[in-house]
Amino acid sequence: MPKRQDLKSILIIGAGPIVIGQACEFDYSGAQACTALREEWYRVILVNSNPATIMTDPKMADATYIEPIEWRTVEKIIEKEKPDALLPTMGGQTALNCALDLERHGVLKKYNVEMIGAKKEAIDKAEDRDLFREAMLKIGLDMPKAAVAHNMEQAHAVQETVGFPTVIRPSFTMGGSGGGIAYNKEEFVEICERGLDLSPTNELLIEESILGWKEFEMEVVRDSKDNCIIICSIENLDPMGIHTGDSITVAPAQTLTDKEYQVMRNASLAVLREIGIDTGGSNVQFALNPEDGRLTIIEMNPRVSRSSALASKATGFPIARVAAKLAIGYTLDELDNEITNGKTPASFEPSIDYVVTKIPRFDFEKFPNADDRLTTQMKSVGEVMAIGSTFQESLQKALRGLETDKVGLDPIVDLRADDARNKIRSECISARGERIFYLADAFRLGMSVEEVFDLSKVDPWFLAQIQGIVSTELQINGTNVTDIDADKMFALKRKGFSDARLAQLFCCSESSVRERRHTLNIKPVFKRVDSCAAEFDTQTAYLYSTYQLECESNPTDKKKIMILGGGPNHIGQGIEFDYCCVHASLALREDGFETIMINCNPETVSTDYDISDRLYFEPLTLEDVLAVIEVENPDGIIVHYGGQTPLKLAKALEKSGANIIGTNPDAIDLAEDRERFSKMLQELELKQPLNGTARSLEQAQDIADAIGFPLVVRPSYVLGGRAMEIVYDKDSLKRYMHTTVQVSNDSPILLDSFLDHAIEVDIDAICDGEDVVIGGIMQHIEQAGIHSGDSACSLPPYSLASDVLDEMRAQVVAMAKKLNVVGLMNTQLAYQDGEIYIIEVNPRASRTVPFVSKAIGVPLANIAARVMSGVSLKAQNFTKEIIPKHFSVKEAVFPFNKFLGVDPILGPEMRSTGEVMGIGKDFASAFDKAQLAAGDRAPENGKVFVSLRRLDRNELIDLGKKLSAQGFSLVSTRSNRDMLNEAGLACEVINKVSEGSPHIVDMIKNDDIDLIINSIEDTQGVTDAAAIRCQALVHKVPFTTTVAAAFAMLDGLKANNKLTITKLQSLHS
Amino acid sequence: MSQAALLALEDGKIFHGKSIGANGETLGEVVFNTSITGYQEILTDPSYAQQIVALTYPHIGNTGTNPVDEESNKVHTAGLIIRDLPLAVSNWRSNMSLGAYLRLNHIVAISDIDTRALTCHIRTQGALKGCIITGDDIDQEAAIANAQSFVGLKNMDLAQVVSTAQSYEFNQGSYSLEKTKFNKLDAKFKVVVYDYGVKKNILRMLVDRGCDLTIVNAQTPVEAILAMNPDGVFLSNGPGDPEPCDYAIKSIQTLLEKDVPLFGICLGHQLLSLAVGATTQKMKFGHHGANHTVQDLHTKQVMITSQNHGFSVSEDNIPNDLEVTHRSLFDNSIQGISVVNKKAFGFQGHPEASPGPHDMSGLFDTFIKKMSE
Repeated sequence: MPKRQDLKSILIIGAGPIVIGQACEFDYSGAQACTALREEWYRVILVNSNPATIMTDPKMADATYIEPIEWRTVEKIIEKEKPDALLPTMGGQTALNCALDLERHGVLKKYNVEMIGAKKEAIDKAEDRDLFREAMLKIGLDMPKAAVAHNMEQAHAVQETVGFPTVIRPSFTMGGSGGGIAYNKEEFVEICERGLDLSPTNELLIEESILGWKEFEMEVVRDSKDNCIIICSIENLDPMGIHTGDSITVAPAQTLTDKEYQVMRNASLAVLREIGIDTGGSNVQFALNPEDGRLTIIEMNPRVSRSSALASKATGFPIARVAAKLAIGYTLDELDNEITNGKTPASFEPSIDYVVTKIPRFDFEKFPNADDRLTTQMKSVGEVMAIGSTFQESLQKALRGLETDKVGLDPIVDLRADDARNKIRSECISARGERIFYLADAFRLGMSVEEVFDLSKVDPWFLAQIQGIVSTELQINGTNVTDIDADKMFALKRKGFSDARLAQLFCCSESSVRERRHTLNIKPVFKRVDSCAAEFDTQTAYLYSTYQLECESNPTDKKKIMILGGGPNHIGQGIEFDYCCVHASLALREDGFETIMINCNPETVSTDYDISDRLYFEPLTLEDVLAVIEVENPDGIIVHYGGQTPLKLAKALEKSGANIIGTNPDAIDLAEDRERFSKMLQELELKQPLNGTARSLEQAQDIADAIGFPLVVRPSYVLGGRAMEIVYDKDSLKRYMHTTVQVSNDSPILLDSFLDHAIEVDIDAICDGEDVVIGGIMQHIEQAGIHSGDSACSLPPYSLASDVLDEMRAQVVAMAKKLNVVGLMNTQLAYQDGEIYIIEVNPRASRTVPFVSKAIGVPLANIAARVMSGVSLKAQNFTKEIIPKHFSVKEAVFPFNKFLGVDPILGPEMRSTGEVMGIGKDFASAFDKAQLAAGDRAPENGKVFVSLRRLDRNELIDLGKKLSAQGFSLVSTRSNRDMLNEAGLACEVINKVSEGSPHIVDMIKNDDIDLIINSIEDTQGVTDAAAIRCQALVHKVPFTTTVAAAFAMLDGLKANNKLTITKLQSLHS
Repeated sequence: MSQAALLALEDGKIFHGKSIGANGETLGEVVFNTSITGYQEILTDPSYAQQIVALTYPHIGNTGTNPVDEESNKVHTAGLIIRDLPLAVSNWRSNMSLGAYLRLNHIVAISDIDTRALTCHIRTQGALKGCIITGDDIDQEAAIANAQSFVGLKNMDLAQVVSTAQSYEFNQGSYSLEKTKFNKLDAKFKVVVYDYGVKKNILRMLVDRGCDLTIVNAQTPVEAILAMNPDGVFLSNGPGDPEPCDYAIKSIQTLLEKDVPLFGICLGHQLLSLAVGATTQKMKFGHHGANHTVQDLHTKQVMITSQNHGFSVSEDNIPNDLEVTHRSLFDNSIQGISVVNKKAFGFQGHPEASPGPHDMSGLFDTFIKKMSE
């Protein structure tokens, strides 16, 4: 069937901010959908609150709304744009839920909007546990014993029928949020209560435990003529009980015979047909009992998912793109498989001739009190994918691509320790993020595959592979690298050992291994991902390295630029950097360069094979990048766009003779090296907070004596404020130096005077060596001391005087010139008592680049990439700072609801996973929208608990008055209450926790508090207030820990009644 | 340490690897198969007689072998080429590793081969004569000469080589993973199967649909068949070139004259086409895989099919009473035919799957329908 002519315009809903369970894979799917529909001449309307996405680039849609994904706001967009259809399957659970809300509230009917891709009935049937179970039993598929409960009474009744351990899954939550496995009554009650609360329909599925069963996924695509294809099968190395997002997964499935595979294939197709997924991609999950092959269905996602992104990258089949085309009426046979240059239609099943391994990336270090046991609730923040000729090769490539300082299956347990065996056993049984390393250590300890299987339930096939790697390591351990001959070296590399891991085993340097390897002429070849196992001759340059006979890279002799991507997402390094890399590639392609992308993050747009001329899906380690450089010999390399990941390689790449274009790596080093940087600031006569660098506790104490407390302390060379803290006294400093960081000469500790109550500012600028143009000045809402990535900010600044801003501009220009910046530069400044302080400078793409670009209507990453390739700012006609008339506010989004029990206080260590943008005529309305989009907008009235630290008390009265005027009634502790009463404000009093019950936490637990404003003094205050914040999180009471944010929130509430929507394209025209 | 092995191709290309099967040497036509699953079914498929199969998926042997997944009573492939034989077997049904199974069946096989490079080579050069030799210090020139000495498949009638010597009855239905046994059903139709190299799953799927089967030798005179008064005759798959099988073509012509319902798969489909007057041709490297997209020209429905053929029905001189019913969307080649005004039809791919998707299983129902008419 050709495309539908009755539709003219289509609304796509994005996934909103990056959160755990919903990451940039939905930028990938949304961007593909936009492109696919516009190619067919449909008018595409897009809503997504996340500015850091490629899909919200003004060129991607006809009408782009960076607005909250919330049905009332989306209704306004529908009212204005009058779309014929809504495509809800590209934006994860967020988009599906929003679409269902629109349907439920009659909006779609009112404006005559048709849901395409998935109908309401199908979504309900797939997501409602009861309906799904009924449907599966109807088509004769097995499911674990289970029943649905809507309250605790029902929950207990169900539990008795299924026994312990019990699996609890709340309905309609993202990434399995709020779910878990209970081993006893107490845990059961806790998880159920939380789940009932989190589920928008107050619904739980309580089921028989099939923990330890093998877990499989099938990625299925179906069209309106009932043509069905399987894109990819995926086997989870971690068995049932661990969320698939937190599992190591392997494609294709390894341990199924054809008979079993076809049963699963037939079941997948039957599921799609029964659920009624008429067009598009879905994901079906299965569990299989390893003892007798009993197969049960776990769930299905009636939409493009994280696994579809993985399957797309694993096979080269663009699922989102095809799903979008099917939604508008095409059938699979009418679409080309583009990776084979249209030689085959999309109606086939990809065959792959390599092994793909995905490993999740965790960031538990950021949430010290979080339960880091892996369960059915997803906790990982990113993932890495690797392609290899064998499982061992792909596993080891993925491990080194993770960027957790592992270069392979590095040992993590001291095997000589008394408790080594117990430690390993317990880590194999109850998995945490690093279980794979414990599995390896178990073999190092001499355990058998059977023993390790009994503990971990990881399939023996995978265990034998891991054991194989370990036994190879034991064979070569301690060998002199020069005794390794070509055959041996080839055999080792074929198993995926990195030069770095071999160096550890040979007790030599990584470069000596590389030298030896090159002497023996053992080098990787590059093979193509072509979706057809080489059956057809294809031209698409989607490549991976491996140690085999023949190289298929066929590099061209065009003028080419290589862009190093950002690797796996983690806190501090997310989608923003992928956005920048994609822009660099697109801009330079437009200018006639051949662009080459290297990245290993399957969730990204940059790893789409058609974004760059050539894509190398490779870990971003020195070894792997050098290998690509050797084959491609690019004219220039961009290391400044992928965050810290490629920057770490800059010096070594330069040393090896690679031509790094843009800002010189030495300038990056200068900016990061505190001592060199201070010297530069002195030369420029710029101020920075008093500071020092300590290499020992004694030095640190001396510095503290000299500059006084409070101090910001952190190790040098960190991203996202890792291990950064504010210390208020000598004891805290001592504790920090002892416990938090291992002081070594390699990474000294930086101590800065903490500028309390200062206003923090971020400035992005571009310099071409001659001119400097300010991209944007962002004023933070939270005061200095909160990590810039976690702070809300406003562009333009909302309260700084123009002469202060001018002075800041001048300082930025001076530094950019001094550093010889060619490209982007980000500066963080603080303004305190009439003085400007430079906090830090990063001469590279920053997290704020996409936000600024959207706010000012100019793609900074694009312009700066051209600058790096030699085109001046003048030549690009970008010579003047753009100060928009509207306000844009960026707000951070946090994963605290996944880590209950972790204090959600903001501090110098970054903990947000994503961001949203609010656009408004003035600061207040923009701020309000950002809050709405972030999902933590304050209620308009009710009971507010106010408790301010002494430093903020002078603002208490003003705040109290504004709160009262807005219609809030005040509750406070004694000292605050007294001040408020004195000022004539009515205020209820409540005990501090330390004063005994009934206290404030009781009030929160009883749902008597609607809003909390609580700023805290120091570490002691933090401990006291933590209970308040933790309970606030559980009971979903909005809270703020800074006075600045409280005022901004009040301004926003006032603006709220005149909520408007703004089309991005009309904003800058 | 396992022994070394070497793969030599007629054009002089040499691949070094490890021996993972029996010792010795083997000759055959080297083809590649892109199916990810089903190596045991492939090894035991009689259609692979005198072919050395290279599997493109790297890990072959993960699930070991078991007695149920055999498509015939022995391994028919002349040899096996893979990239990696895994360290462990993992499957609840497995009772023997692939390596042991190959040795037991005296099959020479080689691993640690850059199978993708080999596939690219065959893709450009076409299927090549080849030779696997195990052992150290193999004379490469001799190996190449050996490869060249293979007679090839063109004009080779292999159907009579693999066909059953004795007629036999078969009443075992499909294997049920749930019940872990073969289904059994009451028979309603008497069907004679011309065995040109039949796969067991074809027989099982016929039994599933109520057929009482007699499997006969490929050269059984048609009179003997007619004397059995069958409701239908099934023309099986099989190896080699269809054209030299004149005995089969003649028998089929007689069956067509009597309008006995006929269903041909693969070689059977080609023989049926030849019987009506079409011609066949040797393909460059054939179709061997489980992901081939085939369209039903009437319903426009697209099916993912299992394929294994090196010859195909030619587009030239298609007689008027042959209707093309299915085509490959990979290369537009003829995939299904029916004989005008007769209850006879054929399919080039493998509706019985095993290995591969079950999308085409409806063709067996069509056969039953034709017998019921």
